[in-house]
Amino acid sequence: MKKALLFIIIFTICPLTAATAGSNNNDYPAYPPKILSSELFPCSSCHAGMEPNILKRELTFHGEVKIIGHAEHERWCLDCHDARDRDKLRLINGSTVGFDRLFRLCGQCHGPTYRAWRAGVHGKRTGRWDGQKQYYLCSSCHDPHSPRFKALAPEPPPVRPGETIRN
Amino acid sequence: MKKRFSRRDFIKITAVGAGAAVIPGCSNTITWEEFFQTNFKEMSPQEIKHLLAGLEEKYTKEYGVKFTVKATPAREGVVFGYALDLSRCIGCRRCVYACVKENNPSRDVQIQWIRVLRMKKGEFNLEESEHYYDPDKVPEDGYFYVPVQCQQCENPPCVKACPVKATWKDPDGITVIDYNWCIGCRFCMAACPYRARKFNWTKPLIPKDEMNTDTHYLGNRPRMKGVVEKCTFCVQRSRDGRYPACVEACPVGARKFGNLLDKESEIRYILENFRTFRLKEDLNTQPKFFYFFSLGWG
Ligand code: HEC
Ligand code: HEC
Ligand code: HEC
Ligand code: HEC
Repeated sequence: MKKALLFIIIFTICPLTAATAGSNNNDYPAYPPKILSSELFPCSSCHAGMEPNILKRELTFHGEVKIIGHAEHERWCLDCHDARDRDKLRLINGSTVGFDRLFRLCGQCHGPTYRAWRAGVHGKRTGRWDGQKQYYLCSSCHDPHSPRFKALAPEPPPVRPGETIRN
Repeated sequence: MKKRFSRRDFIKITAVGAGAAVIPGCSNTITWEEFFQTNFKEMSPQEIKHLLAGLEEKYTKEYGVKFTVKATPAREGVVFGYALDLSRCIGCRRCVYACVKENNPSRDVQIQWIRVLRMKKGEFNLEESEHYYDPDKVPEDGYFYVPVQCQQCENPPCVKACPVKATWKDPDGITVIDYNWCIGCRFCMAACPYRARKFNWTKPLIPKDEMNTDTHYLGNRPRMKGVVEKCTFCVQRSRDGRYPACVEACPVGARKFGNLLDKESEIRYILENFRTFRLKEDLNTQPKFFYFFSLGWG
């Protein structure tokens, strides 16, 4: 019952906000971000009852999160994660976006890359060249905390001509 | 050289005037009916339908899995183009194996349609490149990688070299091969400046569970011994509106594909916003396969 009500509210409000914001959630349909399937999600399950601590410090939790090669000296978690609503990301202008739209966050500091991504040049899209495409989010290739693209093991080289019948 | 009669021998023999007496023992390659079929390009829709149904039945029986063989024609208003971002490619060869999985090339005798060349940074030399590199991790310092496959030339020398018109350029710019018509003379291979064409010296062996059964007559349907094959921009996918398998497999998103006639396409965006180049431009083959660096050199 509650869910149904929520549904109706979302459906009536969304088109309005989308129209005013000048963009909607379908303009860059993307694969879901990893965080949505994390066991820590929703983040608010803990953080809703916690006072946010804006001080840059060594954390006693989230030890696996290390900011490396992403301007760590100037950076702190809450430049990206919203202090009040931990299920959202925070933009420089103070507004928030969901993790499924995290490219808006990255795009603030990586403008040219973001533009190329939208045009389908940076990053990747699958689907149809003549229609509906699905975008890979920035975070499918770059860990937001240590964004350098990680080296991969290559697939095996071809067999040499001597090792088989020539082709 | 010991081998069975093939279409090729047959044609040689008929040329000498003794042909009428020879019935080639080629049941393991193509059927009597296929052997005498008219050139694919001249077939009526009815004849094509009949041919495809026959092939579906034959492959289904031969490989024990249900096949579809389509012959989707080129779409009006579409010319395919491809662009590869060399500042992104890391030489991981995911594309090579996605192509193999999609296109049913021979496995026991290895045939691969994509070759990834490794070059020293600051040089661009196809002849001095290496494609057997095998480090633990890629990319390697000091190198960049240049994948090469059929360049889908506007002016394809392979087509001109074919003495029997078994290979031609379709209106969407894809150069295709009719394997039933190919006589295996390999003139096309000699003519291709990109080494994009491969020859089946043996009947290709593909494990049943690795067979892609969604096939196109001019693309990834099972090949026989003695025919030439190559990349078709995954004609079985691209003519249905899908991206080629290599595009979707690339983990760095270096591979871009689309309709050159569509101003909104990513391929047009690249041609208009980056300096692109093509391999061996001086030969005037005019490939529709472009390379570019989205960042500065290296
Ligand atoms: C199991 C409870 C728990 C969950 C779930 C959880 N966190 Fe936390 N988080 C904490 C604790 C506890 C701290 C404070 C650690 C400290 O102060 O040393 C913290 C700190 C943080 C901080 C540092 C800033 C601050 O407010 O102290 C960020 C950013 C953060 N969490 C993000 C997230 C995100 C994003 C998620 C959802 C994926 C998440 N957390 C889910 C327990 C949790
Ligand atoms: C540059 C922006 C940025 C900064 C800085 C940042 N994060 Fe994140 N973080 C993200 C984004 C974006 C995601 C979601 C990625 C995804 O799911 O694809 C994320 C995901 C997470 C998650 C969920 C990981 C999971 O389980 O999937 C946690 C926890 C987290 N961040 C904590 C932190 C903490 C703690 C800090 C500070 C030490 C921090 N983040 C700094 C952008 C940032
Ligand atoms: C507040 C500004 C800011 C935001 C937001 C931001 N970045 Fe960055 N990013 C930087 C800066 C500054 C650097 C250069 C860091 C350095 O060289 O240490 C950088 C570097 C990078 C690099 C290059 C890393 C390398 O070593 O080659 C990548 C990739 C990257 N960011 C991805 C992202 C992604 C993905 C997001 C969104 C989740 C994001 N950034 C959000 C400022 C930002
Ligand atoms: C399909 C994978 C993929 C996606 C998706 C992707 N990138 Fe990248 N990105 C790469 C690769 C590969 C590099 C080159 C990394 C290298 O050379 O170390 C790169 C490089 C970068 C760099 C470094 C500067 C440059 O151009 O080389 C930045 C910044 C960056 N990406 C940001 C982003 C942002 C922001 C998004 C989302 C809007 C994004 N990326 C989406 C694969 C991706």
